[in-house]
Amino acid sequence: MAKRLDLKAVDIFYGDFHAVSDVNLSVSPRSVTSFIGPSGCGKSTVLRTLNRMHEEIPGARVDGEVLLDGEDIYARSADAVAVRRTIGMVFQRPNPFPTMSIRDNVVAGLKLQGVRDKKKLDEVAEASLRGANLWKEVKDRLDKPGGGLSGGQQQRLCIARAIAVQPDVLLMDEPCSALDPISTLAIEDLIGDLKKEYTIVIVTHNMQQAARVSDQTAFFNLEATGKPGKLVEIDDTEKIFSNPHEQATEDYISGRFG
Amino acid sequence: MSTATGLSSPERPATTPTFQAPSTGRKIKNNLATFLVGLAFVIALVPLVWVLATVVVRGIGAILSSDWWGRSLSGVLPESYAGGVYHAIYGTLIQAALAAVIAVPIGILAAIYLVEYGRGRLAKTTSFMVDILAGVPSIVAALFIFAAFISILGAEQSAFMVSLALVLLMLPVVIRNTEEMLRLVPDELREAAYALGIPKWKTILRIVLPTALSGTVTGVMLALARVMGETAPVLVLVGYSQSINFDPFSGNMASLPLLMFSELSNPEPSGQFRIWGAALTLILIIMILQLGASVVSRFSAISK
Amino acid sequence: MTERTTAARPRDPQDEGSAAGSATLDTVTDTDPGRGGTDRGKATPGRGERIFRGLTSGSGLLVVAAIAAIGLFLLVQAVPSLLADNANFLTSPVFDTRDPANLNFGIRDLLVVTLLSSLFALVLAMPIALGIALFLTQYAPKRVARPFAYVIDLLAAVPSIIYGLWGIAVLAPALLPIATFLRDDLGWFFLFAPGNLPVLTGTIFTGGVVLAVMILPIITAVTREVFSQAPRFHIEAAQALGATRWEVIRMAVLPYGRSGYIAGSMLGLGRALGETIAVLIVIRAATTPSGFSLFDGGYTFASLIASAASEFSQPLPTGAYIAAGLVLFVLTFVVNAIARVVAGGKVNG
Repeated sequence: MAKRLDLKAVDIFYGDFHAVSDVNLSVSPRSVTSFIGPSGCGKSTVLRTLNRMHEEIPGARVDGEVLLDGEDIYARSADAVAVRRTIGMVFQRPNPFPTMSIRDNVVAGLKLQGVRDKKKLDEVAEASLRGANLWKEVKDRLDKPGGGLSGGQQQRLCIARAIAVQPDVLLMDEPCSALDPISTLAIEDLIGDLKKEYTIVIVTHNMQQAARVSDQTAFFNLEATGKPGKLVEIDDTEKIFSNPHEQATEDYISGRFG
Repeated sequence: MSTATGLSSPERPATTPTFQAPSTGRKIKNNLATFLVGLAFVIALVPLVWVLATVVVRGIGAILSSDWWGRSLSGVLPESYAGGVYHAIYGTLIQAALAAVIAVPIGILAAIYLVEYGRGRLAKTTSFMVDILAGVPSIVAALFIFAAFISILGAEQSAFMVSLALVLLMLPVVIRNTEEMLRLVPDELREAAYALGIPKWKTILRIVLPTALSGTVTGVMLALARVMGETAPVLVLVGYSQSINFDPFSGNMASLPLLMFSELSNPEPSGQFRIWGAALTLILIIMILQLGASVVSRFSAISK
Repeated sequence: MTERTTAARPRDPQDEGSAAGSATLDTVTDTDPGRGGTDRGKATPGRGERIFRGLTSGSGLLVVAAIAAIGLFLLVQAVPSLLADNANFLTSPVFDTRDPANLNFGIRDLLVVTLLSSLFALVLAMPIALGIALFLTQYAPKRVARPFAYVIDLLAAVPSIIYGLWGIAVLAPALLPIATFLRDDLGWFFLFAPGNLPVLTGTIFTGGVVLAVMILPIITAVTREVFSQAPRFHIEAAQALGATRWEVIRMAVLPYGRSGYIAGSMLGLGRALGETIAVLIVIRAATTPSGFSLFDGGYTFASLIASAASEFSQPLPTGAYIAAGLVLFVLTFVVNAIARVVAGGKVNG
């Protein structure tokens, strides 16, 4: 299931604006990689190129290669829709579909891909909700709208929805930034469980969170305003937080800027 | 704002008061403006109340008469008070319904085009033309259908021709309303669907559109209310009939506005009786639609 | 290093027969979740995507085509009659189509009556709409502003035929004293001069008042919308300078909303120009040409066409009315286009 991601010489543009330059990194299967860095350094942009979500912004384009187990997701023969089916995403703010029940939210991906088998859908719904540590809390109200859950529950619902389509990679764009500390803890525990099966990349503003959940950490930075963001370094999380290679990383980690 | 007015104390005339009130001239201007603005609103209420009161007072007798809702005017003499308008109610409803059947899907698809797909010149032109279409007078729409379908293609006058003209009048209302609702759907929902690997068109049909549904339905009902009172198209495109005609594709068919217009040439007092009765009936139907629209709009899935 | 743009995908308008429903089922097979990876790549968007995209842009195109078709068909039908017209189409006040072999029709009077009634309505409605819009956005408490706005919108829900009936049966007698006063005491002014009707009810004056009521909600709705968007920080800046409420409005609201107000007024004008049945019922026909007085009678473009609608049988006389309709179409097109340009994207008509 879980696959390896490699970025080779990736440059990202929005029209004429060069957002991120020359990113090279590898993410191994069944691990958590966190992207940290100051606002506007392009870490979310990089994340969104990993499942071609940035294409929804007109004028966006990518140079270089993003390889999923050696296969370029930007190859001419690759369809963005198919890519996203393999590389799932969880967003900053929980965004359950307001017109759907909890169960329908979880299986929305499968249903809209054409799966009709009711029994299978119910199984997947339960498995995904269990996987997202939400099953016990919602099993009695699967037919209620997803919008009625608390923020943290909604976010776990969105995670359940993302894993229901059995992706190879799970991207998380600051998944806890809209949540209270207790819900945040629940999500972090969940990430620990999920990495047994998935390759996870998470963008976070919270350095403690990066230190807690990730195996390796990538630090992004801007050289100056107006210049493209770039990857300063990527290494084992322990190394980054104790003895980083670059001075800029140490300055950021120790709170001297950003 | 005159919050400081009362604070200038008359006990201390020697020094300038700390909180000096605006000069008299400014205050007068401000009060005058407040008065005029309030007056404008009251002035607008006068015709509304006046029109509605007139229609109710003059029409209530007719709509309470026993045959009003269940009979047509078939065989009823001009000076007689007998008969009813169910044939005209049917005509009004079926003509509007047929128009909606055509205009709603096209309008929703066009709105989806403008919000989700349209880029560049064609989208700009389309958006511009929607505004122009919204301003096309109903008589021009009727003439166009007459010129294109009846004169050139040789179609017969019928209720369906009326419906075609009403389509032109409904379309811009449906498009603008749907457009507005689609724009209210948060992009986060679209992104969530894309991230699940759902193609854009399915995202729109299954996620975006259902989320915007109540607003869209509201828009359709308001558009229906608008076209039901249209008189110009029925004058040009269909003949009047005193009896019921269930077939919208051929023959004369009454509708409430057409019945009212025909009875205008009836010199008997019973003509006035029927005119105002039909007017009240029309207003009641439109009010029901408006009420329905505002009920539906409460069930919005989008929390603003 | 290759460069990929995401913008253009092929557009493929297909026939409308295969609706979305059947396409939904099809994609079960044609986009089978490609776990293994070999069959998941797809260069072009799926079939459902292409069909749906075609349907939506086709519908958009249909609107453009409809406007073009209106102009074209009216023109095609009008030209033969215009060629057979023995009078000057632009300057003749007569509109006589009784004898198809000898057509005499011109739009001078139609133009005069249409413009006079519509502009009069605009003059009446504009200040009141401005007042209402200010009242609803700047004065009325939030709690009542919404129901009050709804009440004004109700004015737009009343069918025009009912306005016509009310106008001639109720309003016209009520306006008689005012009309009499204007004619008798201000008759030296050409607008209030005695007109070509024997009575003072059912004149352009009456019709204009009815039209003013009808276009009031349109102007109000657009103006209100724009006023409510006036930037908060401008308003607060003016308040912080110690401005009275009226001064705040003059400094921060009116300058911002002016274009929207004008655009709304143009939309109202467009509506008045094309209003048919109310005008037909209210304004009486006159036997002599209009003398630019509000107390004249006569036909507007729209009311003339509607009055003759039951006699549309022979092509040439009908074409004369279609020619009048074409002029009305162009007139409203221009007015609405101006409204759109003036608004500059701030309002949706």
